[in-house]
Amino acid sequence: MEYEAVIGLEVHVQLKTKTKAFCNCRIEFGSPPNSLTCPVCLGLPGSLPVLNKTALDYAIKTGLALNCTVQEFTKFDRKHYYYPDLPKNYQISQYDLPVCKDGFLDIQVDGQAKRIRIKRAHLEEDAGKLIHESGNSLLDLNRTGIPLLEIVSEPDIHSPQEAHEYLSDLKMVVEYLEVSDCDMEKGTLRCDANISLRPKGAQELGTKTELKNMNSFKGVKDALAYEIQRQKVLLESGEKIIQQTLLWDPKENKTVVMRTKEEAKDYRYFPEPDLPPFLISKEKIEQVKKALPELPKERLQRFVREYGLSEYDAGILVASKDRAGYSEECFCAWPDKNKKPVANWLIGPLAGQSRVPAKNLVELIDLVENKQLISHLTGKIVLEEMIASGRSPSVIIQEKNLAQISDQGALDKEAEAVIKANPKSVEDFKSGKANALMFLVGQVMKKTGGKANPKVVQEVLRRRLDNA
Amino acid sequence: MLNKLTAHELLEKLEKKETTVNDIATALSSRIQEVDPRVRAYVRLAQPGQINQCGLPISIKDNICTEGLNTECCSKILEGFKPPYDATVIKKLKSAGIAIWPNKLNMDEFAFGSSTENSSFGPTHNPWNLECVPGGSSGGSAAAVAADEAIWALGSDTGGSIRQPAAFCGVVGLKPTYGRVSRYGLIAFASSLDQIGPLTKDVRDSALLMNIISGHDEKDSTSADIPVPDYTQALHGDIKGLKVGVPKEYFIEGMDPETRKIVDEAINKLKSLGAQVAPVSLPNSQYAVPVYYIIATAEASSNLARFDGDQYGLRKAGIQNLIESYKQTRGEGFGQEAKRRILLGTFALSHGYYDAYYLRALKVRTLIKNDFDKVFSEFDCIVAPTAPTPAFKIGEKSADPLSMYLSDIYTISVNLAGIPAISLPCGLTKSGLPIGLQILAKPFAEETIFRAAYAYEQSTEWHKLKPKL
Repeated sequence: MEYEAVIGLEVHVQLKTKTKAFCNCRIEFGSPPNSLTCPVCLGLPGSLPVLNKTALDYAIKTGLALNCTVQEFTKFDRKHYYYPDLPKNYQISQYDLPVCKDGFLDIQVDGQAKRIRIKRAHLEEDAGKLIHESGNSLLDLNRTGIPLLEIVSEPDIHSPQEAHEYLSDLKMVVEYLEVSDCDMEKGTLRCDANISLRPKGAQELGTKTELKNMNSFKGVKDALAYEIQRQKVLLESGEKIIQQTLLWDPKENKTVVMRTKEEAKDYRYFPEPDLPPFLISKEKIEQVKKALPELPKERLQRFVREYGLSEYDAGILVASKDRAGYSEECFCAWPDKNKKPVANWLIGPLAGQSRVPAKNLVELIDLVENKQLISHLTGKIVLEEMIASGRSPSVIIQEKNLAQISDQGALDKEAEAVIKANPKSVEDFKSGKANALMFLVGQVMKKTGGKANPKVVQEVLRRRLDNA
Repeated sequence: MLNKLTAHELLEKLEKKETTVNDIATALSSRIQEVDPRVRAYVRLAQPGQINQCGLPISIKDNICTEGLNTECCSKILEGFKPPYDATVIKKLKSAGIAIWPNKLNMDEFAFGSSTENSSFGPTHNPWNLECVPGGSSGGSAAAVAADEAIWALGSDTGGSIRQPAAFCGVVGLKPTYGRVSRYGLIAFASSLDQIGPLTKDVRDSALLMNIISGHDEKDSTSADIPVPDYTQALHGDIKGLKVGVPKEYFIEGMDPETRKIVDEAINKLKSLGAQVAPVSLPNSQYAVPVYYIIATAEASSNLARFDGDQYGLRKAGIQNLIESYKQTRGEGFGQEAKRRILLGTFALSHGYYDAYYLRALKVRTLIKNDFDKVFSEFDCIVAPTAPTPAFKIGEKSADPLSMYLSDIYTISVNLAGIPAISLPCGLTKSGLPIGLQILAKPFAEETIFRAAYAYEQSTEWHKLKPKL
């Protein structure tokens, strides 16, 4: 039988506010353990939470970018469970009135557009970190109370590939909003999945399992693929799927059981009495909506429209906001209407490299592509030098005497010497071996330290050989 | 003798340099040495050399955080807990030049009780009759003020925990409007009901203390951003034309007849002072106790979840398993009543029961609040008994939690509605136990309460009576 996977993702995005969600402790990474704490985030008796309004603003912003309805009346609830990394033994979260609900994200899978609905996005506080060391468990509460936005998709995802696309598009949107660093390895973006299988075409949902601890994009894909296969084998052998929570083990490439449904927790949600409900006005929502930055999709379309890029090229350049902004700067500095040469340099030689001022890059591209003062190869060398020294390409070319030699007279002299020194190759050429010409060109290039214009070299050599 | 005076009298003497804070501290100290072994209002006997006072002292209930000073909610589970911070009220007192007495006041564990019998330090005794309870949960605060072991005190009131002990001990106790006084640093029992308030020898001291501790606190999101008036301005003694409602549901068959008679006389006194008294109805009063015990225990079960021994307080040693460590620490750290309330509250919030209990209780709470709104649309205040009986004997109700819960029947609605109410002495029973008169007003109308209470107090002598110890 053919099966279809039904997947829903719960994504936790750590918001990069200056201070924690319910107290004034700074958020910083790499500080000494428990140095960024106060009575509130330590959950000391008598302390009370006060909402960081910026966290709420970030949640509204993200919700709107994900096409959600922002609720005008929202409140916080307590979610209870006992664990040492949760000092109050309850987490301040949102239960029945999340700040955002009913949104969607359109993704592309194999060239096909697909809409993944978003059920809700709610604010909550992060827990601390337990460190297990030589038989002891140590607790670092620096992370406790950092605001998280939990974004829950509907079960509209049907393959590991779709999950991957959804996750990377979601990450892109959140990065564009500048509300989170979205780094899975650092844990500022975390993803859990609910997954079940059903016979293809069936409406009814199968028994689901929950996957946790997928700490990379690859982990998400691998864990889902593994779980689909595991469930399939079970179903095909007539066994039942047990509802349970599984942990992905990336080293062993398999899942391990964390808990089964019988042990499922009763979180005993109830409204957080220490925080009165929040009213978010229509005006406020409109105001945030208007101030939303251009999102990745919009930018891609504009790059295609305004700069004449292919969708493929534009897609690469808008993948990060930073890169898109830099690319745009370079396009604007490039005087020609045809931006393709700039895009080629941005995607090619400069990809993954440190940036140089847009003005300098454009100057370099102009020297290579338009003025042909230097070869493409030399251009790349100059770029390395620009990155290393921060100087402009013309200064580097001049100082290092890298300018291309296109002077026919000068190159003719070199050609004459090379022909004289290589009678065998001249013979070969005359007997019809085309490679021999390339060898001679190479010899001239060598003599000029690579600065000769290869086109001109070829011209003068050919002229001499033909006339010989 | 200085310890017998009120705070306003002592402040005047200090102002005129007729006495010093050292003399006051010494007087208090010797009074505590003299009577506290019998009353047990404080959680510990003061250590010599501990008292180093820099202002007029105030005594604090054991559930209000004082930096570096043990704050244990009279629970074994918070044994040795010294908060690293001051509650907002403590900060306000300190900046007003008031000194914090270095020994905390006894209470029912986590304020769970109406008799101060549920304390890890043992019960407090009523100064008027040492065989009786002082009421609770702020029994230590009330007894200390009544026995002149404290000039004035802070307590907390979740369902009557300031007013009922004030009534039992013959002192003045005010439960402010929810949101009037910051809860930051008050170790929570039921967050939506708790308020800190004054226990004092007279109404003027109550108003003075409210001037100091009231006001918006950005650390408490439930505190109201409403200006604080000078409450002493309301102490002029004129209540002519004041519209006073007497709820018929509070004067029911089965109420202690002597209490009823004394409260009736007090109401007649208000009439004679020019108040317009009329009967009113609070029809949902009968639901107050069950609604309260669902909401309060639900919130308590959540608030007390943090006490697991991980960071502070009691921790059972030598246990390798996490859950087992929590079980044993909490099993040993919490007293019977705390366990009972945690279980009740956990049940009320459990999956499948939430709608039937907690959500329903919230709805009835709104009905109770509506009852008050309706009365206060026509009346300035409501008068009622504070408790249905005078102080009962130690041990009398401790085996019967239900009858104990019913001793708060007249005070609980006030917390559910979030309104302010005061209890002030209005008479003594034949056996010499004080009775309290309760005055209620609409939210943030503490001035109305002080106006009525002061007029009554000044026309009677009850507040001047002292227990013989």
